Amino acid sequence: MDDLLQEFLAEALESLSLLDGELIRLEETPNDKEILSSIFRVFHTIKGTCGFLSLPRLEKVAHAGEDLLSVFRENASLVTPEAISLILHCVDAIRDLLGGIEATGNEPETDHSGLIATLKAAVAAGEAQARAGVSSAPAKARPAEAPVPEAPPADEADVFEALSLDAPAADPEPAPVPVPEPVPVAEALSTPTAQPAAHPPAETAGGHDAGAKTIRVNVDVLESLITLVSELVLTRNQLLQLARGRDEGADSFQRLSRITTELQEGVMKTRMQPVGTAWAKLPRIVRDLAIETGKQIELKMIGAETELDRQILELIRDPLTHMVRNSADHGIEPRDQRRAAGKPETGTITLNAFHEGGHIIIEIRDDGRGLDVARIRAKILERGLTTPAELERLTDQQVRQFIFRAGFSTAEKVTSVSGRGVGMDVVRSNVEKIGGVVELSSEAGKGSTFTIKIPLTLAIVSALIIGCADQRFAVPQICVRELVHVGPNGAHRVETLHGTPVLNLRNRLLPLVSLRELLRLGGGDDGRGVASAEYYVVVAQIGSRHLGIIVDQVFDTEEIVVKPVGRALRKIPFFSGTTILGDGGVIMILDPNAIAATVGEAQVVAAPGPAEAAAHGENRRSSLIVFRAGGRSRKAVPMMLVERLENIDVTAVERAGGRDVIQYRGHMMPLIGLAPDCALRSEGRQPVLVFAERDRTVGLIVDEILDIVEDDVTVEFTGSEEGILGSAVIAGKATDLIDVGPFLIAAYPDWFGLEEEPAPPAGDPEAPRKRLLLVDDSAFFLRLLAPKLSVSGYEVIEALGGEEALALHDRGVDVDVIVSDIEMPEMNGYAFAEAVHGGSRWADVPMIALSSRMTEQTLERGRSVGFTSFVPKSRRDELFDALRQVFQQPGEAA
Amino acid sequence: MSKSPRVSTRGARASAAGETREFLTFTVERQIFGLPLASVSDVLDARPLTPVPLAPPEVAGSLNLRGRIITAIDVRRRLGLPAMAKGGEHMSIVTESDGELFNLIVDAVGEVIAVSDGQYEDNPVTLDAEWRRFSAGIYRLDEGLMVVLNVEPLLAFSADPMLA
Repeated sequence: MDDLLQEFLAEALESLSLLDGELIRLEETPNDKEILSSIFRVFHTIKGTCGFLSLPRLEKVAHAGEDLLSVFRENASLVTPEAISLILHCVDAIRDLLGGIEATGNEPETDHSGLIATLKAAVAAGEAQARAGVSSAPAKARPAEAPVPEAPPADEADVFEALSLDAPAADPEPAPVPVPEPVPVAEALSTPTAQPAAHPPAETAGGHDAGAKTIRVNVDVLESLITLVSELVLTRNQLLQLARGRDEGADSFQRLSRITTELQEGVMKTRMQPVGTAWAKLPRIVRDLAIETGKQIELKMIGAETELDRQILELIRDPLTHMVRNSADHGIEPRDQRRAAGKPETGTITLNAFHEGGHIIIEIRDDGRGLDVARIRAKILERGLTTPAELERLTDQQVRQFIFRAGFSTAEKVTSVSGRGVGMDVVRSNVEKIGGVVELSSEAGKGSTFTIKIPLTLAIVSALIIGCADQRFAVPQICVRELVHVGPNGAHRVETLHGTPVLNLRNRLLPLVSLRELLRLGGGDDGRGVASAEYYVVVAQIGSRHLGIIVDQVFDTEEIVVKPVGRALRKIPFFSGTTILGDGGVIMILDPNAIAATVGEAQVVAAPGPAEAAAHGENRRSSLIVFRAGGRSRKAVPMMLVERLENIDVTAVERAGGRDVIQYRGHMMPLIGLAPDCALRSEGRQPVLVFAERDRTVGLIVDEILDIVEDDVTVEFTGSEEGILGSAVIAGKATDLIDVGPFLIAAYPDWFGLEEEPAPPAGDPEAPRKRLLLVDDSAFFLRLLAPKLSVSGYEVIEALGGEEALALHDRGVDVDVIVSDIEMPEMNGYAFAEAVHGGSRWADVPMIALSSRMTEQTLERGRSVGFTSFVPKSRRDELFDALRQVFQQPGEAA
Repeated sequence: MSKSPRVSTRGARASAAGETREFLTFTVERQIFGLPLASVSDVLDARPLTPVPLAPPEVAGSLNLRGRIITAIDVRRRLGLPAMAKGGEHMSIVTESDGELFNLIVDAVGEVIAVSDGQYEDNPVTLDAEWRRFSAGIYRLDEGLMVVLNVEPLLAFSADPMLA
């Protein structure tokens, strides 16, 4: 394509991009001569150049638009919304034609005669009114509706000559007028780097003088500069490795290094563009939307000059547009509703951009109706995204987050405006892809605010280079909180919690991901996915989530140039980019966000409650009695199991039936030492933990009660010793959790299997008790839960793990409901459920899943294998609700 | 190190029957293929690649070519052919698609030849669907049939996110 044509296209498109905004401003302030002139100049220049470049169709369209603008100059009252829309259509037509020319080098064949006719009609009508206004008193009459082309050409020519700038006989005929035009056009073309507004030398009153401080540079030139600088940075890094330990040349090298860094920073600045560039089209979109829906909407833009990386700008352009469209379409209410609500009739959408830390924050705020939480809840139920029981537990804020789910649209009819398929899920994933976050807050009746937070620049970041299975990867330094070395002599321990590795890091349990397993690199041996006893954990933080990534080696930190992942590899979610290291090796950059998503931390779907962050394994707020019983180690039992603490007088202890007993509240209470070497003292007093079940009591003897602690106790199960369920860090000290079960059974063998049930079962007291099969791999939980279920009227059959449960099935046991843990190491809950549902005698038995991790995946998977409901493991009340629902009979109150 | 292929005029019958076009020939599983010369950026011998975890099977890995990261595609795999015997030599052709560089790993790279339209044939109807996708036509050469490799479908990787 010829240079002149290319130049023309670039300038014309650039001017057009500003026109939308200017036309809307003109609509608001029709008397603003400056804006009108500026708009007029664009049309005029385009029209003129078209003649020179022989683009007849474009010229006709531009000419018609220019004519109408002239009429505006005459009479500001003609600047009506309809007229502005007409000019906007004209701008669109010009854009289309320019696009066609850019693509093929020739004008596309589209027929714009309709548009041109309408424009001419408007011009004629306008002039008629202008003339009427001149001859008589200022006419307030609107231009005539029916297009009436009347005025003789001579008059029009006069009018135009008086108004137009350089154009000599400006014909109403759309014939190109090549000869008189070249002069101003040549002038225009001879200053290719000046802004288009500076072209017409006449009438520059109020025109821009933008030519001095900026220069237009081809984008490709800039890109290659940036690439060169990036390579310079990498070479500098290579030199850095070589220069280590050498004295000579150290000064020169330092200087070189400093200059390189400054050059890098300077060049990066050229990538910065004001965010307003992405906002340019929004006023028009909002205006058109307002007209289409009959609402009144004002768009405020604050901080348009805030700068960010060009690449990022491109990536957020669409998400921003979508969110503004949403606000205009669904957020802002129609005028009458706003009036009724006591709000100003004009709704406001505010865009606010500013810098904060190394990020740019963009807020999209509207004062509309806010998100309709009730409707979202209904939609959630309709889509089956969660169970009714869980839905009730979700807070409004959690429910609102559902709009970020794929395919979730609560718009009753999909309007042509917001469209379908471009959901908030796409917005969120686009933003997260560049390392940003989207947040939402909303208040019913008041409005909603979406906040996007994105990093300022993508190009060069600091990264930690790690090794796994002989491959290297980079982790952005900004996500790395800490590095932990795990080894046989290390201070940190990695435990397995229901089959998942977790790291106890300063009293918090950190979920771990094995990079080797995640990327299927092979070579790992045990369930922890590590190949040796020594390895490293990279503690990463993404937003408020923490997780640990298990890697084999940690190398060093490098400044890396982030290059986008090749098209063929874009599907892989775990890589956010790729880079070349100082030694020339190509490595992938990990995306900790995507990695965290696979760990299955509890998302807002079923957050069990603020104090019970299931993300860190089994956290629960418990009361524990901490004591010593035999030996120096600290031991604890949950307070909830203990009836009382007593301090007995050892002399009152008697012997009966081969056991130590004591008279306690009218009964004989057997006394049993909680540890083999914990015996009754010979004199004085001794603390005793009293356990009671109905009318039976047992006293477990301890040596000393140390403390009662109420804490977020993270129970780590090792299950190694008899009678010890596991360890936890309680009040800063390692403490063994005692399984009191065996002791209670030692006193009364049938402690856990009571025959009499004085408490009426749920529902019909005459009905036989429902048989409930409780499956869990943790004896502790079985002992904890079973009695509670018994008390509520179920006949509880316990099974330690899926295998045992299936063994019971094979022995002919029948049950009415199955409550099963999902995370079990031997045979996990899913496999168990599948086995049950796959044609066993229990195939129709309702199954409730207990899980400490509830994510979409677990829900879906669970449902697919036959679980009917899901209950967080720590919430007993939810379990009872779920059970009640299972056995609900029609007509019976829930 | 890149090798420049010999330019040969063998097979060029610059007859009055249409234009001549230049192709770079290469072989995969003894089948001769051709790529329009204009789309060839470079020819490389075998060099180390960085394998990319979880990559689709036809992606052999990534490599660094003078500072640009390019994705290497195993053309055999892509065409559904068995993998090359271990230890076999191979070469590769660098081509650009949509602004991105790709490295097509093939068995051997031949020469640049000029062919005339008269030698061209459309895909025979008996050609199986898979090959038809990747073949933009056939040229009859003295030494056999040359399949014109249709690069776009070869490098069309869908943007669907990978399922876990």
